[in-house]
Amino acid sequence: MAVEAVSRRYGRAVALNGISLTLDAGEILAVLGDSGCGKSTLLRLIAGLDEPDAGEIRIDGHPVAGRGRSVPPEARGVGLMFQDYALFPHLTVLANVRFGLRRLDRAEGRRVALERLAEVGLADKAECYPGTLSGGEAQRVALARALAPRPRVLLLDEPFSNLDAGTRDRVRADTVLVLRQAGASAILVTHDAAEAVEVADRIALMRRGRLLQCGTAETLYRSPESPAAARALGAIVEISGHAVGGGIETPLGSLPRPSRIGEGAVRVCLRPEAIRIGPVGEGRPSRVLRRTFAGSNLRLELAVEGLDRSLLVTLPADAEPTDIVGISLVADRTLVFGDRARADDA
Amino acid sequence: MSAARGLGWAAALALAALLLSPVLSLMATAVDGTGELWPHLAAYVLPQAIRDTALVLGGVGLLVIGLGTGTAWLVSAFEFPGRRWLDAALLLPLAVPTYVVAYAYLDLMHPLGPIQSGLRAMLGLASPRDLVLPDLRSLPGCILLLGFVLYPYVYLPTRALFLMRAGSLLEAARMLGAGPGRTFLRVALPLARPAVALGTGLALMEALNDVGAAEFLGVRTLTVQVYATWVNRSDLPGAAQIALVMLTGVLLLVGLERLARGGRGFAGSGQRERMSARRRLRGGRAIAALMLGGLPVLAGFLLPAGHLVVSAWQRIRGAGLPDTLLAEAGNTVLYASAATLLTVVAGLLIAAAPGLLGRRSGAAMIRIAALGYAMPGTVLAVGLLTPLALLDSGMAALTGSPLALVGLGTGGALVLGYGMRFLTVSVGATEAGLARIPRTIPDAARVLGRGPIATLLTVQMPLAWPALLSGALLAFVDIAKELPLTLLLRPLNVETLSTHLYGEAARGTYEDGAAAALLIVGIGLLPVILLLRLDRDAVFRRG
Repeated sequence: MAVEAVSRRYGRAVALNGISLTLDAGEILAVLGDSGCGKSTLLRLIAGLDEPDAGEIRIDGHPVAGRGRSVPPEARGVGLMFQDYALFPHLTVLANVRFGLRRLDRAEGRRVALERLAEVGLADKAECYPGTLSGGEAQRVALARALAPRPRVLLLDEPFSNLDAGTRDRVRADTVLVLRQAGASAILVTHDAAEAVEVADRIALMRRGRLLQCGTAETLYRSPESPAAARALGAIVEISGHAVGGGIETPLGSLPRPSRIGEGAVRVCLRPEAIRIGPVGEGRPSRVLRRTFAGSNLRLELAVEGLDRSLLVTLPADAEPTDIVGISLVADRTLVFGDRARADDA
Repeated sequence: MSAARGLGWAAALALAALLLSPVLSLMATAVDGTGELWPHLAAYVLPQAIRDTALVLGGVGLLVIGLGTGTAWLVSAFEFPGRRWLDAALLLPLAVPTYVVAYAYLDLMHPLGPIQSGLRAMLGLASPRDLVLPDLRSLPGCILLLGFVLYPYVYLPTRALFLMRAGSLLEAARMLGAGPGRTFLRVALPLARPAVALGTGLALMEALNDVGAAEFLGVRTLTVQVYATWVNRSDLPGAAQIALVMLTGVLLLVGLERLARGGRGFAGSGQRERMSARRRLRGGRAIAALMLGGLPVLAGFLLPAGHLVVSAWQRIRGAGLPDTLLAEAGNTVLYASAATLLTVVAGLLIAAAPGLLGRRSGAAMIRIAALGYAMPGTVLAVGLLTPLALLDSGMAALTGSPLALVGLGTGGALVLGYGMRFLTVSVGATEAGLARIPRTIPDAARVLGRGPIATLLTVQMPLAWPALLSGALLAFVDIAKELPLTLLLRPLNVETLSTHLYGEAARGTYEDGAAAALLIVGIGLLPVILLLRLDRDAVFRRG
């Protein structure tokens, strides 16, 4: 499946701005972004529930949307699992799963639907009505219903956001298992970075209707192309620096200048592993303003000379830092961006 | 897809053209006859009709606002024995069409009727000439009658608004030291403005549509003049010209209503009711409250309906059931059922239009569908004549036979007229029912392989059927009660309950029509019961 330069605007608001994506057979792609970034609009366009203003969408090489063509959702062979599950309240669980199996005859449709229900462990709920199901059960029925017609692509819109934290992890693992067993290609939309990392083969980062970057979780974590992409997968600390000659001067020490970075102001993004805390004398001296016990680790708020705000770092829980610590950078773990990135960011 | 969509568009355009045709043909007809008739109308008919109509609308407007908000406040802000009963009973006048109330009161207030005879007996007077009451057959009489029947249109939304939104705000006003009176005037009334405007607008539309009450009481409003000009003087262009003037008045009314709402919408349902604790009244004040609140119920329902029961009973005991009654009731049910079917099917398609045709064109369809209701029955009938004649000759040319299904003076024409006028009732109910279904539900059906029509039939309709049913019931009752459109479009020699009543009143043989009037009130009670049931459900949900 491929999405090419697709845009969608509602009045003046631009929901999607030139998005391009591909999805390989059997691949699970996560679309990660804050609410309102356009990720749900993207799903609706792929499903055919909405039409793009520009660009083209192809499934198995056949164009389904764009260039004046619009294949209606019922003819696209795309499955969609809704955030609120959208189970038909007037139909039993079995009838819900059979709803998309109209092409099969009665007995065969029933057999396939029961098989799908068994796969998600709900064969015994076949005659129940959706109103009597728990949140986790409803989620699994929705999954079975969406998978039953064997869609060429399955779209999942925040499929776990309505579950409480306890059941979420288990249901998520089960869902991935079912998807892998079915060999389905899937696009999963989420605002939860940990979920995207755990579930997906690749992650597409979206922000304000644009695609920031698309790649494996490791690529996005180790070499994000912008500060915004860097922020998407886990907390970072941002400091400013100045590139002169072969080096970069920052309040936390100097770094070598990567060749792609020009001279002048730069932005340095630090993941926790890029900051090393040591005894006084190693690196810049910093005063501990506050320490917070957080179970498995210890959080420190540090005042660093030359930095206009305090710095939050995390240490192992058994660390026993003194009131003054030394702070330095791990050069090959830092992420350096030219000042142009600041403009992109806004 | 594109073929289905093209078909949908063609159907939508045809429907829109049909719905717009009365207005266009009114204009054409009016322009047609300008030369000879306009000066006469402008000089002798219109000034008086416009003045009377304006006076009726102004008086009825003030009366329904006073009665409607007053009673709504009474049952929302105070607790007294009988309040729950009063709460429901205040809706009862909705069941009585204006012409039935006028019919009952003319008999009740007749010099030899029960009220005047009773008063004379009490005062020991012998002759009707010794006790002269102001004549009901006058402009003030008409205003009083219409006001006491139409106030529930204001009572219902205003009360709902008090119950839904006012709770904490009214409590805040009380905590800041405002007494009940000050709270009503400074907080509750301004808060209720959108609801009051909405209800008053509906009540005035009804008043404008009324042909029976005004004519029985000798008030020559615009509606009466349209009817008289057409039926008595056979002057269609003249009727069209008056009708156009009326339509302008309707536009003015709609504009005023929008203005009074101040751009604020009125959320009518779906919110939870939450009212602050009512102030408890005891002793004399409780009795006074009950009597005050009971007065509109007495005047608008108990007296006329009770009188109809008594006179119908006397007539039946004396001479048996009128033999025509059964046939007339059959006609009423037949035409109303056919027209209800039409409005429900068309209403379903129009309410689903945003999903079938796209949001914006769908919304436009819904607004066009509301047009029929904005047109008083006489205006719609006059406007439909030319399109019906065109349809007639078109069919004759097509089939070579003059026998057409919806030609003038056929049952088809009447059903079509009913359908157009009350389309918005079923559209509104269906739209509300469909809107309550989350958008993802029909989307899910689409993604699972059903087309838009199949989705409507297998998913949306089964979920929205209570709304469809109540829409059908409301439309059926409105149609069964309708008088002016029936008078003008019915086939020759076909009498319905409402036209029968009109005929008896015109002849002055009141008691013969009592049974028919009673049947109409019975039909009218159906939606009132429905409203009360919905209300009670809301109460249960709260508990």
